[in-house]
Amino acid sequence: MKEEAVIQVENLTKKFGDFTAVNAISFEVKKGEIFGFLGANGAGKTTAMKMLIGIYKPTSGNAQVASFNVYKNPNEIKKNIGYMSQKFALYDDLTVKENITFFGGIYGLSRSQIKEKTAQLIEELNLQETVNQLVGTLPLGWKQKISFSVALLHNPKIVFLDEPTSGVDPITRRQFWEMIYETANNGTTIFVTTHYMDEAEYCDRVSIMVNGNIEALDTPKKLKKQFNVVTMNDVFLKLARSPSLTLPFGKGVKND
Amino acid sequence: MGIKIENISKSFKKIEALKDITFNVNDGELFGLIGPDGAGKTTLFRILTTLLIANEGTASIVGFDVEKDFQKIRNIIGYMPGKFSLYQDLTVEENLKFFATIFGTTIEENYDLIKDIYIQIEPFKNRRAGKLSGGMKQKLALSCALIHKPKVLFLDEPTTGVDPVSRKEFWEMLKRLQQKGITILVSTPYMDEAALCDRIALIQDGRILQIDTPEEIIKHYPKTIYNVCADNMYKLIESLKKYTHNYNVYPFGEFVHYTDKRIDFNPNELLHFLEEQQLKNIQINKTQPTIEDTFMELAK
Repeated sequence: MKEEAVIQVENLTKKFGDFTAVNAISFEVKKGEIFGFLGANGAGKTTAMKMLIGIYKPTSGNAQVASFNVYKNPNEIKKNIGYMSQKFALYDDLTVKENITFFGGIYGLSRSQIKEKTAQLIEELNLQETVNQLVGTLPLGWKQKISFSVALLHNPKIVFLDEPTSGVDPITRRQFWEMIYETANNGTTIFVTTHYMDEAEYCDRVSIMVNGNIEALDTPKKLKKQFNVVTMNDVFLKLARSPSLTLPFGKGVKND
Repeated sequence: MGIKIENISKSFKKIEALKDITFNVNDGELFGLIGPDGAGKTTLFRILTTLLIANEGTASIVGFDVEKDFQKIRNIIGYMPGKFSLYQDLTVEENLKFFATIFGTTIEENYDLIKDIYIQIEPFKNRRAGKLSGGMKQKLALSCALIHKPKVLFLDEPTTGVDPVSRKEFWEMLKRLQQKGITILVSTPYMDEAALCDRIALIQDGRILQIDTPEEIIKHYPKTIYNVCADNMYKLIESLKKYTHNYNVYPFGEFVHYTDKRIDFNPNELLHFLEEQQLKNIQINKTQPTIEDTFMELAK
């Protein structure tokens, strides 16, 4: 079971006019794997991820995500994945409970399922005291844990995390990674996009994108050995050149 | 002279953002304020840059009091806020010109100071600031903060949202600015950047946990840390948490940082225990503490 691929990407390409943002990338991600998707600003990782979650239509190439095709069934993909970003996680003006109800509804859960899930989350995250508080009043670490759980409400096959732990205090960050390990151990695939190399160190395997291409893909241990360095940060520095200096046009511009 | 902070406290309604903060930054020092989001870093920066008044305590910048002499301070400091605060609709060059004019100077007059940095974005000088990438915005913001040749530079999370390549370049720029005699107070949530500062203050929940050089802070870590790894990270963490002698169990990238309660800890005992838990490919090796280990120990 563990070897089953839940993301299969083959020569996936995205062009914006003359500019190739993602250049024929290929890789596979297995069930229950924690996969790190790394790259500098403007390397193409956001564009690649948007194709994988069914938001952008690829220019060419192919990809299957949670056994659905990115051209034919982008909406099925959206139903079968979870997404959590550091920048946007939960509605600050809603209570914890209202957020769970809202996102449960969006993900198509029935009322009884939402009720059940709410009770389960209160129990697991010890939210008895906070469930009726506005999310905006909670510490960042709490928000992160709740929003991760909310991204898992509909039991997705894959959950996409965008810089999930940046700025979080070191102890909470570790509690968060423990949640991720547990989720992966239960068979959910974790796809982490980040340019924080300390997050990369926690992944089973990582890919590094440079100028639209995947330049490296392996376990952090093997990559460090291959480049003869001690941290993923050093691996990254050896691979990635500064986008603002080497690229004449396009990459220096925000592409979202 | 540098920066003097004495018993500064600040509350917003019920929230105590800063609790009795005291420390000095020496003249010409590169000083790091290290802590997670919500630790109080920005509040302290706003007090020191005269944008906010503390409830208690005093602070001075090169001898000027942050309350009484706020106008003098504003002329001699450069401040780069955490949030990009330049004019998005002005071009790169227009922004720089604007800040130079406000401070009664010109780009030409202080070009030497910003040359290293500005030269990298100069090819895009006619582009609007809002259209720049994160790394380029950061270089422009730094150029604008430097254009009046400040004595003290305040940088609030300058590397947040910036990739490792730009981060590295940024720290190299800071070192060069320091060599030109500018005192720098920089904040960051990234513990790995602590090692690049002369001295650091670790801050969490509005309180200073420790102040020292990065080397001294690491030296004072009270325990021996072991890097432990095995083929299943989740089961490894579960097992280590079950082990009755554990002092701390923290995932740390591909390893777990393990510390034991006992002084006469024998790693072989732990190895046996983990083998009994059906873990495979177990490795246990001594390792050096990091700033992050110390931070967690102090913040517990």
